[in-house]
Amino acid sequence: MSISDTLNQEQIAWRAAQDIADGAYVNLGIGFPEKVAQYTVEGREPIFHTENGVLGFGRAPARGEEDWDLINAGKKAITLKPGAAFFDHATSFAMIRGGHLDVAILGALQVAANGDLANWRVGDKGVPAVGGAMDLVNGAKRVAVLTDHVTRDGQPKLVSKCSFPLTGVACVTRIYTSLAVIDVDRDQGRFVLREKLPTLSMEALQAVTGAPLFTEGDVADLIVPELS
Amino acid sequence: MNKQCASVAKAVADIPSGATVMIGGFGGSGAPIELIHALIDAGPTNLTVINNNAGNGHVGLAAMIEAKMVAKLICSFPKSKDPRAFTERYLDGRIALELVPQGTLAERIRAGGAGIPAFYTPTAYGTELAEGKAVAEFDGKPYVQERWLKADYALVKAERGDPYGNLTFRLAARNFNPLMCMAARTTIVQVSQLVPAGDIDPEIVVTPGIFVDRLVEVTDPAQEELLNEAEARYP
Repeated sequence: MSISDTLNQEQIAWRAAQDIADGAYVNLGIGFPEKVAQYTVEGREPIFHTENGVLGFGRAPARGEEDWDLINAGKKAITLKPGAAFFDHATSFAMIRGGHLDVAILGALQVAANGDLANWRVGDKGVPAVGGAMDLVNGAKRVAVLTDHVTRDGQPKLVSKCSFPLTGVACVTRIYTSLAVIDVDRDQGRFVLREKLPTLSMEALQAVTGAPLFTEGDVADLIVPELS
Repeated sequence: MNKQCASVAKAVADIPSGATVMIGGFGGSGAPIELIHALIDAGPTNLTVINNNAGNGHVGLAAMIEAKMVAKLICSFPKSKDPRAFTERYLDGRIALELVPQGTLAERIRAGGAGIPAFYTPTAYGTELAEGKAVAEFDGKPYVQERWLKADYALVKAERGDPYGNLTFRLAARNFNPLMCMAARTTIVQVSQLVPAGDIDPEIVVTPGIFVDRLVEVTDPAQEELLNEAEARYP
């Protein structure tokens, strides 16, 4: 079935940004998750971490102002905020693995009901590349995923068991999708629905989700501003 | 004591075919382009290279791969804007790849330099990158055993260095460089500025000279990103 009213990437990123506390140490994955920084809630100051050894970076520099010794994990030029710090790669991943990072936000190919994540490789073809994803999902206090609820051809991305190669086992804590906000109850291995688009019925949402959606109390309306 | 070498050519002249070579940098940031190009001129083959990436465009590590010098690459992310040098050779089986999660790669290098032969990490548990590796439980959680990484040589880029080999780095160009200094039998560093002993405040030394064997000054070093914008090729 198809659902016409869905959130775009900007809106999913906006919703994820609402859950980032003032002073939180945050790592945003390359691509889609980077958008979360644009929607930082006014009055809060998260500190962004990049695997290649920077805490406290800010926006991209103007074109022509790049310093190519100052880049993020996506190899894009960045600028520094007052209070930034540099460190080597071992220290950077000590921050990650050592549980010092408050939240890591990543994209996903699939997330399973027990919190398994597949996001680095589709199959055996091509050149495999993993980067820091496997470290991030095993270290950050919260591991959040941003994703469309279904694939381009309408298949569920939230599944009972991942069919793609795993990035981590039972690691995802919350999923922000184009239709809903869903927590992973890792103790019981199940999805718990927290918010859904108000126009969407439970049945319609369940029909595009590959594992049962449980509820604990009320399901809130997922309300997001118009963004493009 | 003076660890200074007269030229990049002299600094890398004894690296033999079959050697394991760590190359610092993350993408182009902190990549010792002049040392790499000197190594291409010297032309050893059958090298095992340890780097976070697999080169970009037709300069630096990508040019080394194109020059058929690299038999095996140990890295975390063999993709870039223009990864063709590696991709083509990997897909037709001319170059071997050991893919390592980035934090595990960093810690394996650190362990190599610190004399720790193996360690346990949560990273990659339950994934194909942990297949065949020992797993042990600590305080109720499973961890994967990973082994140290060491090299015959490390090629490193730093910002300032003194004749004792004390180093500072520039911005995010630090990344893997200080770790690789520790993990190689012979560490060769290009510094943008070679300064007299005492000019680097001991309080801000990032890599102490004990980890450095050779220094060569390369003022105004090339940036991989800018070389690629100009569509440069080496040689």
